[in-house]
Formats: sequence, C-alpha cells, structure tokens
Amino acid sequence: MQIIKEDVLILGGGMAGLRAAVAAAEYNKNISVGLVSKLYPLRSHSVSAEGGTSAVLSPKDNFDLHSYDTIKGSDYLADQDAVEKFVRLVPEQIYTTDHWGCPWSRNPDGTISQRDFGGLSYPRATFAADKTGFHVMQTLFSRALKYDNIHIYNEYFATSLIVENNSFNAITTINLKNSEYTVFQGKSLIFAAGGAGRLYQFSTYAHSVSGDGDAIAYRAGLPLKDLEFIQFHPTGLVPSGILITEAARSEGGYLLNNEGKRFMEKYAATKLEKAPRDIVSRAIMWEIEAGRGVKGKYGDTVYVNLDLRHMADILEEKLPMITDIAKRFNGIDPAEELIPVRPATHYTMGGIHVNNDTETPVQGIYGAGENVCISIHGANRLGSNSTNECLAFGNLAGVKAAEYAMSHSMPSLNNDKAKAEETRLWDDLMKRDGGENVAKIREDLRISMDANVGVFRTEDGINNGIRNIKALQERFKKITIGDKSKVFNLELEWALEVGFMLDLAEVIAKGAVLRKESRGGHYRKDYPERDDANFLKHTMATYSTEGPKFTYIPVTITKWKPAPRVY
Amino acid sequence: MSEKNYEFVVKRKDDNGKESYSSYEVPKDKISTVLEGLIYIKENFDQTLSFRYSCRMEICGSCGMEVNGKPRTACSTIVSQLGTDRVKVDPMKHYEVIKDLVVDMDPFFTKYSEGLPYIIREGEEDYSSEIPQTPEQFKEYEQYSMCIKCGLCMAACPIVGSDEDYMGPAPLAAVLRYNKDNRDQGSKYRLEIVDGDEGTSRCHFVGECTEVCPKGVDPSFAIQRLRMQGVRYELGKFFRRRK
Repeated sequence: MQIIKEDVLILGGGMAGLRAAVAAAEYNKNISVGLVSKLYPLRSHSVSAEGGTSAVLSPKDNFDLHSYDTIKGSDYLADQDAVEKFVRLVPEQIYTTDHWGCPWSRNPDGTISQRDFGGLSYPRATFAADKTGFHVMQTLFSRALKYDNIHIYNEYFATSLIVENNSFNAITTINLKNSEYTVFQGKSLIFAAGGAGRLYQFSTYAHSVSGDGDAIAYRAGLPLKDLEFIQFHPTGLVPSGILITEAARSEGGYLLNNEGKRFMEKYAATKLEKAPRDIVSRAIMWEIEAGRGVKGKYGDTVYVNLDLRHMADILEEKLPMITDIAKRFNGIDPAEELIPVRPATHYTMGGIHVNNDTETPVQGIYGAGENVCISIHGANRLGSNSTNECLAFGNLAGVKAAEYAMSHSMPSLNNDKAKAEETRLWDDLMKRDGGENVAKIREDLRISMDANVGVFRTEDGINNGIRNIKALQERFKKITIGDKSKVFNLELEWALEVGFMLDLAEVIAKGAVLRKESRGGHYRKDYPERDDANFLKHTMATYSTEGPKFTYIPVTITKWKPAPRVY
Repeated sequence: MSEKNYEFVVKRKDDNGKESYSSYEVPKDKISTVLEGLIYIKENFDQTLSFRYSCRMEICGSCGMEVNGKPRTACSTIVSQLGTDRVKVDPMKHYEVIKDLVVDMDPFFTKYSEGLPYIIREGEEDYSSEIPQTPEQFKEYEQYSMCIKCGLCMAACPIVGSDEDYMGPAPLAAVLRYNKDNRDQGSKYRLEIVDGDEGTSRCHFVGECTEVCPKGVDPSFAIQRLRMQGVRYELGKFFRRRK
C-alpha cells in the first residue's frame, strides 16, 4: 500500500476540478493541492463542451433575468437561492479566464461577444467558437502549470471513499501504470469527477464518464440528489452520438421530419428550435413515434434531420467544429446536406448533495460541477449553464476546501477500511471467476436504460429496467476479469466502472419510478403533468445493502412562484 | 480472411516487456473508426488488450497511435478510408511503451510545461472586465491554440527521435501561442528558454509534425516564427546593452 498526503485533494481533472485546484493553490501558496484523475486532465469530458456559457455581462441583461431563465428551464425544481448566488458568481469567472488566456469569441472592438441559446431571454451565451469547453480547459490547465503547489496525479483510478466520524479520511485508488494500491490522505476533498451519462448507449458523453464520483460517494454514505433527472440533448449525431451543439439551432438551424417539414411549432410555438433541451428532445421522440422519423443509411436507427444549409456562410466562423465533425465522421457537408440527429444523454442534473457553499453533509468534503447537485439545474439544465457552473462553484469549492485545510490537521488513516478495500479489489474482484464478461454486462445495462429509463418513461418500463439492473448486478458477482496484468489493466478499470454504473442505474430507475409526475428531463407518459402539490421536492437517495433508501427535501423558492412552463 | 472483415494487426507488450503482434478479424459493418475497432476487439475477442481513449471526437487527445505506419488519433481515423482492409496498429514512436498501445505521456507534458505555456502578466490583476482582443489579434495565435496535446507531432518528428532533450513541436508551438497573445507579457522569459540548445535551433524544418497534426496546427511554421522572434529579441537585448 502506497500512501500519499496532500492538504487539499481533488477527485477529477475536468473543468470544475482544475478550477478548484487553481483556486485552492492561489488561496495559500503553502497549501499542497493533489489533483487525482483516472485520466490526464485534458482528456476529461469537459473538453467536449461546445456552444457557450451564460454570463450577465451586458448592461441590457441582469441577474434576475438569468436566474429566471435558469429556474423556468429547471421546471421550478432548482433552489432559487442557489441560482441567485450562481448567476452573480459567473461574470468574474469569465473575465478571470479571459485574463488567463481563454480565447472568448470577440466583437470587432475587442470586447467579449455573446450569442443566443435555448431558453434564454437575453443572448448571454459567452463562447469560444464552438469549442468553449476545450478552450476553457486549456486555459485552466495552463494556469495550473504555474503553481508548484498543485500536484497532478495522472491515471489514478479512485475505487472508494473513506469517511470516519462524519469527516473526510481518505480516498483509495489504483495507480493504473503499475496497479499499485494507493491511498490519498488529505484534510479536505473536492468531488469533481463529472456525470454518469455513459450508463446509456446513445450518448454525447466521452467514454470515460461512468459516474465514478457519484458512486464512490454514495457507497460511503453521502446522499445523491435528484439522480433520476437525466438530460437528453436533442442533437446527438447518428450513429456515433457525438454532440452537435445547440448553437447550431440557436444560430438558426431547423429540425426536419421525414416529410422535410419543421415540426417544433407544435411543441414550442414561440421558441421553436430554440426551446430548452427536454422539450426539443421530446418533440423529436413524438415525431419518431408518430412515424415521421427518418430511416436512412444508419441501419434501424430512426432520427430527424438538422438543416444548416441556409446558414452556410456562418458555419466556418460560428460552428467550425461541428462542421468538421459532420464531414469527418459522416462524410456530410452541412452547407449542402442534412445532418442526422436524435436525442442522446448529455447531462446528469443530479449528483452528490451539496449546499450553496459546495459542502456535502460530511465534514471536509466538498463538490462542484456535474458530479454534484446544488441544485441550480433542477429537472432540466439550460444549455450554456454547465461550464459556468464548473467555473463559479469550482472556484468556490477550491476556496472552501483550502480554508478547511488551513484550520484542520491531517486525520490519521483508518487502516482497517483501507486494508478492507485492498482486499476487495485483489482478493474479491480480481479473483471472481464466473465467466461473465464485463463489457457484455455494460452493453446490456445501456440498452436497457435507453429502452426503459429514457426520454419517455412509464411505470412498467421503469420496473422492467429495475428487474434488468437486479439481474445484471447478479451477473456482475460472477464476472471474470480476463486480464490479470499489473500494468495498465483496462479490463479491471472497466469492471470497476461497471460496478459503479450498476449502483447508479438502480438509484436513477428507482427514483424515477417513485416520481409519479413529469418535470423537466423526467417525463412519465403515465403521469404527463407536473405535480407541484406532491413532487415539488428533491429526491435524496442513501445507500443501504438492500438498495437505495429514498427521502425528500423541500425546494427553496425565493421570487419565482412555480408557473406553467411555456416556450 | 473474409471480405466482410477488416484484419487488425495490433502491437502488444506484456508485463514482462515481451513484444508481439496479435491479429483479429473485425466485421466491417460493426465499426467505423480504428478506435471502434479496438473497442470491438476488447469487448469481443481479447480482454487483455489495453489502449487509451475518451472523447471519441478528436478533442481530448487520448488515442494517439500509429495506424499503418502513420501517427494518428484512432478515434478520427475512418477505417474504410485507409485504402486497405489491413489495419496495423502500433504505439506512437519516440515514447516509452507501458503496455500494448499505451505509452508514457509524462515526458511529453514535462517538456510541454518547460516553455511556460500560460499567460504571464506583470502587476496586480483586475478581473472586473476583459482585456480587449480584436478578432485580428486572435487570428495571430488562433491555430496554435487548437493543439489537443495528443503528442502525434513528437512521434513524427525525426529530431525528437534522435535527441531526447529537444523540446519538440507541440511544446514550441505552445510557446508561440502565448507569445502571440496580446494579453501576455511573458515573451522575454519564454524566448530565453527556447533559444537554448534544446529549443528552436534543433528543428530542421522537415515538416513531419505539421503533416500529422489532426487539428491543423503548423508547428513547423510556429518554430520558424519563434526563431525570428528570438533573433529580434537578441538584437534588442544587444542594442539595449549598448545604450
């Protein structure tokens, strides 16, 4: 067992993690910051964020408007005090990252430019062409290189969290390079390990997004909040699922059914293609269910078409990456041809429960970004409201965790728990030999989640999904990890991820079956209306050996009374 | 081999350092990219195969490898466009191989950070507004900001292969990226570093780096521009001393 000690530990090297690392390192140069990632940080999924990040920068815009858009977008499940705090934290982060080198797209006079996005009442999406996440990530990574007190631990796979007396104790990892079991001790920890979208088959997510952070926290007793709310982005490229940015529609793109007709007027009469993602995704699925989907050269996959042909003149400047992606991966030139798209999992609204100061219920543990749920996104995140969250709350979590580390000493390691985890890994997991293939279990899980806990949900469907998850959990007990290598054992990594995914799938599905209403990304065909009387509340799932235990906590309402959500 | 399959020939290296090639037949209708082929192999034929991947959309830089002798990102290499049904996959050259197609990227990132690849500004910062930068000023460094740190250029560069101390194409292109950003005030520090023996003077302008870059970055031209900057900087230093 290898032991590494850092004052502040951060799990995850994406946008929230890097922002937190820089914040903690700047807070006090004497604090050591350990950033632990199963990847090299720049490989994190944050680099795939495309269209933009909302910030109130113009005198014509204001914080109430950004708050209102976010809250209405959330289908009133967001905590309004959290949202009001959030929108006020964002502008400084845009300017800060500008000073650090982020190439935010500009107006001719050199000021930062903004554009429209789904569900916005003012065009406040700040962007770096359609590579916003990529450029912000390069910027934060570059900034992190400046600080000697940031230590990046590349390719350490986190397997568990150790909590002692309701305080942070340690995280256990495997160093992928040599399979050395490595325990990271710290005074404080920030969860910033991203979402869980690869529980599904058709997904815009990077392969690496398997919900590790959520699952590790959950198993250690931290509650997961609102995990049944999964965002489906309307325009995942068929067949790969690669994201075609919402900016394609906010800049003027059309969605067409198999009759070549625009159909959004039926579903969002005013906003049309610029309606929020949950609404557009459902519209596409209704069209497909009504037999107006397109079936072409992509096998049995039914989809709709995204039409950018009338925007050929702006593709290179405003949408260069998706233009290139369509050409490279599909051999399609968007200036002349239609792009095949369908809804794909894109964001995990739920996550580890944290308060407005990024604190979890466990002393010394904080969290930011998609890994956690504050909640500012409620039942549906607005496009352009994720990378700004990573910046605003990543920064805050970094400061909070640094403050905590300054006033606390290093806890002594709970050796029993650390040893028990080591035993679980090498003597249980690696030695299982029932012949079940991890990749097959994963594939079966994804297919079931797509079919049963997708854009449209019903009680029967979800229950079917839960039965499948139970069966897959049994199969998982009988896996054989066919690779016994001690060096970069990818099969072991897959096995650990699938174990996490099965736990989270259960939380998602069981939370979904209990929520007998439709709100944001959670749509129940058997309960098609929002039910504020019974379900204007957050779902909290807590681990037990028999499966998740559910409780509920109220939603904080400040100025905006829940109202019908019409676009 | 059936016409319905591609033949993947993949370089292997096990825990004991033993090297070999493994051959797999991958159905053409199941995959499109080289990365999908490798995932298919691992899921269906061989659990022991290791490789790196993440975004599968050519933006994270994980899956640099050699495909039929050319450094490429596996996720954006379409197999049907290779002009052959035989796909030979090797780890990137000029890196130490950890296992199979997984190479040690630490030396790359160490070299990358040597050139101070971040904005350097003097004095206290005021984060209450942006630093103006016109679209024309952005164009000065735009292409160099597109580097995804896949490291393919290092695998292609013959100098990197023969001189392990040479900084190499991506790290030097990053230096120009920051030197050309009007918000930066740190050129003088970077030019002191890259003017040294292990910097721009080592480049022979073969241009292999530019050819293999999947993101259209032209490190070769960047290094030429850096040399010019270096010459101007040295002259300036000389004249300042004479005054």
